[in-house]
Amino acid sequence: MKNRLCDISPGDTAVVSGMHAQGSIRRRLRDIGLVEGAEVECLMKSPLGDPVAYLIKGAVIALRREDAASVTVEEIRTWEM
Amino acid sequence: MGDVTTIALMGNPNVGKSTLFNALTGMRQHTGNWPGKTVARAEGSFSYNGRDYLMVDLPGCYSLMAHSAEEEVARDYILSGAADLIIVVCDATCLERNLNLVLQTLEMTDRVLVCVNLMDEAKRNGISIDLPRLSHRLGVPVVGLTARSKEGPSLILPAIDNALKAENTPLRPSYPQPISEAVNRLTPFIPERNKAQRKYIALRLLDGTNYPGNDDFALKKQLGSTRNELLEKGMDIQAVNDQITAEISGLAHYICCNTVCRQISSFSRDRRIDRLLTGPVLGFPAMLLLLAGILWLTIIGANYPSQLLSSLLFGLQDRLLEVCQHTVLPPWLYEMLLLGVYRVVAWVVAVMLPPMAIFFPLFTLLEDLGYLPRVAFNLDRCFKGCRACGKQALTMCMGFGCNAVGVTGCRIIDSPRERLIAVITNSFVPCNGRFPTLIAIISMFFVSARGGFRSSVTSALLLTGVILLGILMTFGVSRLLSATLLKGVPSSFTLELPPYRPPQIGKVIIRSVLDRTVFVLGRAVCAAAPAGLIIWLMANLQPGGISLLSHCSAFLDPFARLLGLDGVILMAFILGFPANEIVIPVMLMAYMAQGTLIDYTGLEQLRALLIQNGWSWTTAVSMLLFSLMHWPCATTCMTIKKETGSLKWTLVSILTPAIIGMALCFVFNLAVRLFIP
Repeated sequence: MKNRLCDISPGDTAVVSGMHAQGSIRRRLRDIGLVEGAEVECLMKSPLGDPVAYLIKGAVIALRREDAASVTVEEIRTWEM
Repeated sequence: MGDVTTIALMGNPNVGKSTLFNALTGMRQHTGNWPGKTVARAEGSFSYNGRDYLMVDLPGCYSLMAHSAEEEVARDYILSGAADLIIVVCDATCLERNLNLVLQTLEMTDRVLVCVNLMDEAKRNGISIDLPRLSHRLGVPVVGLTARSKEGPSLILPAIDNALKAENTPLRPSYPQPISEAVNRLTPFIPERNKAQRKYIALRLLDGTNYPGNDDFALKKQLGSTRNELLEKGMDIQAVNDQITAEISGLAHYICCNTVCRQISSFSRDRRIDRLLTGPVLGFPAMLLLLAGILWLTIIGANYPSQLLSSLLFGLQDRLLEVCQHTVLPPWLYEMLLLGVYRVVAWVVAVMLPPMAIFFPLFTLLEDLGYLPRVAFNLDRCFKGCRACGKQALTMCMGFGCNAVGVTGCRIIDSPRERLIAVITNSFVPCNGRFPTLIAIISMFFVSARGGFRSSVTSALLLTGVILLGILMTFGVSRLLSATLLKGVPSSFTLELPPYRPPQIGKVIIRSVLDRTVFVLGRAVCAAAPAGLIIWLMANLQPGGISLLSHCSAFLDPFARLLGLDGVILMAFILGFPANEIVIPVMLMAYMAQGTLIDYTGLEQLRALLIQNGWSWTTAVSMLLFSLMHWPCATTCMTIKKETGSLKWTLVSILTPAIIGMALCFVFNLAVRLFIP
């Protein structure tokens, strides 16, 4: 099982390795900078745990769990907060 | 004409296009710190160095691949060649992502000026940008500025002048061989375009983007065979698409290397604020506290100006009446004008205007600060549970200002189903025009009359409760619609949380107080004055000895009683259709015309007048419920018709809150009668 973006916790960084969303959501996610090789940092969860905010190419973007689950990541690094 | 230079502004959402547009043209496009404000194309003009410019503000978009209506508008505009220069506005704090759009624009045209905005914000957060290197790498002129500052426009004007003369050699991505060969095969079949545009269109045809005008037979045939060739090399449409976007973002990454320098601690302050305002412990209490705080400021702030205005305006009314009595004017004429038209306008100005003029700037400050997207972030889980979009929280917040604006704002929601849900439920949050009604009823019936700090806090808390009920109804009705008229599952959701920006407090307060005052006064003249006239005529025309007013209210009375209201209140709501802020003034006028006249000196007199007309606490609660939930005002209805383009959905938007409001009032009064003897 590959690591998914939705599995990393606040404070972690990871590198995007692929995406299995289709159609318009795939393009939308790529537009905001989720392309192979892009570094992503998980910043914080919303009060109810979903959505989660990520730092992507310098911008803070909130994604729902379902959408973040379609992005696979590697090289997960955990920072001690 | 002829000699006008056309300039188009484009860029990602929320990078300050409208701020720059306003600074250059002196116009007042709505600005605020959240993505998606500019929903339609705006145009304005200005002159510089003896040259006339037409400026076009295109809606914000992340890409030009035409996934959404905004992107299509922007792309078609650039391809049309109508602009002599395209300014791509970028956000200095996340330049790399913004370069995506710059590079896509450069693929179509070389008449580009890149404007890196928000330089101050970048500097504050430890980001430095080597602008000459950026310009050198992109092959087009680059200017860095802060559009909100005074110097912003003075920097861009000479840059525009120079950019119009510049000979550019823009950087363009070179795609892998299979794709570039396929492009070369298609370009001869695309007519009437320059080389760059032909290449661009060929790429869009290959990556499966809709492009108008691709119904040419020879082109279609060529496209089919070229696609097959690519398929043989193992590249389907999605692979082509991925290659193209990967190429562009790789290029953007390369440009930023050694051009953008970022300190590790960038935006640490924003992160700290966010951890509080969207944290698991404080997220929701902070939202409630902010809402209650704003309402409290509105209530105490409105108190004094309200009293001042009423003693002034009603004093003037008595003086004018005296003066008129000594003239030859017929009494019916001046009484109609003074006791009808003037009085209802005076009510609107004295009772309704102060809370509106205070709430609106406070709300605008929150909007400028960048808090509204955080509300959407906090509430998205709830909206998802209702199978709606979290951005509905943004349109709901805009509804607090004005429901018509909230309805227009629903364009930021991509899914048509979720957009309709947001449109239909928008009027469940009380707009600025309904706040004063709620405040007046709460202060008269549910708070001790002594005034002071404690009663203002109680009022604010009660009002917060009423608004929470409205928000709960929004959730409930959204869920109900998702299960009935608008069946479906929630679609995907991406929401950008912009950096917090210190709002320009003085400017916001002065401008929105003035704007609001002018706006309310305008509506007062258009809606309140005729309504005052109608009420006066209805009270004074007495065919058969009974006034028309009594006839009408007696006619509406039985039904209104079922809702815990009376005929006069219901009539006021009906006459208040053009503008919600005239409901209470019209109601008071009608009561006064029927009973004894009293001079207004404060809410206590009003309370006495209402009780004299049979009001009890249940009437007050019913009035609160019905103010919160009835038909949207005329402006909102027209906006809904315009936005949905459908009479059916407009009717649904009118009937949904009306039926639910009536049902709740009915059930409440039934319960009171059953359980409280």
